Amino acid sequence: MKAIITVIGKDKVGIIYAVTKILTENNVNIEDISQTILQDYFTMMMLVNLSKMNCDFNRLKEQLDILGDEIGLSIKIQREEIFNYMHNI
Amino acid sequence: MTLYSKNIFETIHMIEKEKLDIRTITMGISLLDCIDSDGAKARLKIYDKITKLAANLVKVGDEIETEYGIPIINKRIAVTPISLVASASKEDHYGEYARTLDEAAKQVGVNFIGGFSAMVQKGFTKGDRVLIESIPQVLNETERVCSSVNVATSQAGINMDAVKLMGKIIKDTAYLTRDRDSLGCAKLVVFANAVEDNPFMAGAFQGIGEPEVVINVGVSGPGVVKKALEKVKGQPLHVVAENIKKTAFKITRAGQLVGNEVSRRLKVPFGILDLSLAPTPEIGDSVARILEEIGLEVCGTHGTTAALALLNDAVKKGGIMASSSVGGLSGAFIPVSEDEGMINAVKCGALTFDKLEAMTSVCSVGLDMIAVPGDTKESTIAAIIADEAAIGVINHKTTAVRIIPVYGKKVGERAEFGGLLGYAPIMPVHEFSSEEFISRGGRIPAPIHSFKN
Repeated sequence: MKAIITVIGKDKVGIIYAVTKILTENNVNIEDISQTILQDYFTMMMLVNLSKMNCDFNRLKEQLDILGDEIGLSIKIQREEIFNYMHNI
Repeated sequence: MTLYSKNIFETIHMIEKEKLDIRTITMGISLLDCIDSDGAKARLKIYDKITKLAANLVKVGDEIETEYGIPIINKRIAVTPISLVASASKEDHYGEYARTLDEAAKQVGVNFIGGFSAMVQKGFTKGDRVLIESIPQVLNETERVCSSVNVATSQAGINMDAVKLMGKIIKDTAYLTRDRDSLGCAKLVVFANAVEDNPFMAGAFQGIGEPEVVINVGVSGPGVVKKALEKVKGQPLHVVAENIKKTAFKITRAGQLVGNEVSRRLKVPFGILDLSLAPTPEIGDSVARILEEIGLEVCGTHGTTAALALLNDAVKKGGIMASSSVGGLSGAFIPVSEDEGMINAVKCGALTFDKLEAMTSVCSVGLDMIAVPGDTKESTIAAIIADEAAIGVINHKTTAVRIIPVYGKKVGERAEFGGLLGYAPIMPVHEFSSEEFISRGGRIPAPIHSFKN
């Protein structure tokens, strides 16, 4: 199962570190990553593989939500299929 | 992933800012095998069957919402028309059946259960009569049960005795639920050409041509369509149609994914996907505002019917390309109380009852959630139903009337229904009598199906 993580908000030090730390702890592999900074606005997207994840989806989502609240950014995780389905025939 | 990122953000934007959502996951359950000459036994079977099959409906809906990040607003149940299920029991009131449905709905945590219904387009069975006469009390005493009656089809014509009776039933329901602005009427739909797989309330029921159990999904997204149209301001109407089609495609695909996933997890076959632009009273979730975006100063002015025809057709085309299981009603709903733009159009005098009726000849359903004065006569309400049924029967489309004669209220006041049902200004209806026409009863024969001009 693959998912897309998106992080949007004001740029600051250590965003990628904080997100990847949670992913590492839960044995989630990052397959692709891209980020841009536009007028101080940080946007990052990650394609992650959840097949060897050692917790359930909800738990991972909760951890990312908590981190998002702590560092004041929007962090979302959604299964990849929704994007594929909506934009590809 | 850079090319891909545009799509990812488009989807997130649609969900977060433009209110794209899965409006309902509706589980259709056949109750035909629950029929019993002993009513109490039948009800036990009904309760057991619903609570067993739908036990995980809400849980699975919530899981999918979390994993895909797309809101699933309602989880609902539709059952076989109760007139068919209950008639063997020879009871003279079906209130107990409705209570059983209400309790089963509460037990599994769904907010509406549809199917307290009867199909009487050509005539009444004993069961149909008992059911229809039970409607006012049922809608007063239950919380989650929704009712519908099909009074006409293109094949059978219009049962005017049923139309006349429904005028009375609507008034009685309004009176019994008078302490809640006649809310009972918001849970009652009178159909022509009712569809058997519609997932949307209050008109959902499980038709007898449907399987044992099935998942039907309703997707919505008026806000997404409006935003998409903002990007083609001033361009010709075929560009507008193309843009709506593309947007409808994307929305439908999200619904298809969710439908497949719910079906897989519940091990219940996926029936149909109904792509309907179903508005809510929230700002940015309005069908009227789409029509205004197409170029009308206020919804209801001249040109509204044409704009709505374009919208309804383009939505269907986009939806059909995106999924091979499109069904239900699929198109644009135009409920008044549930649409912030419609409410505004009524308030400023742009949208009248007669214009709404014209719009129903090209929208996906009919006169929906319209509040009228409490002293509107039974025969006038019946005549409104007859007009609407005629539009459906002649044009081979589903039409419906969900009208609320708000007890004790007059034109200029407003009715509050709360939640997704919203609020509505009371609209005037014609004061000249239709009494003699309605009191004739009988049937309007089925129309000719050729020589179409």
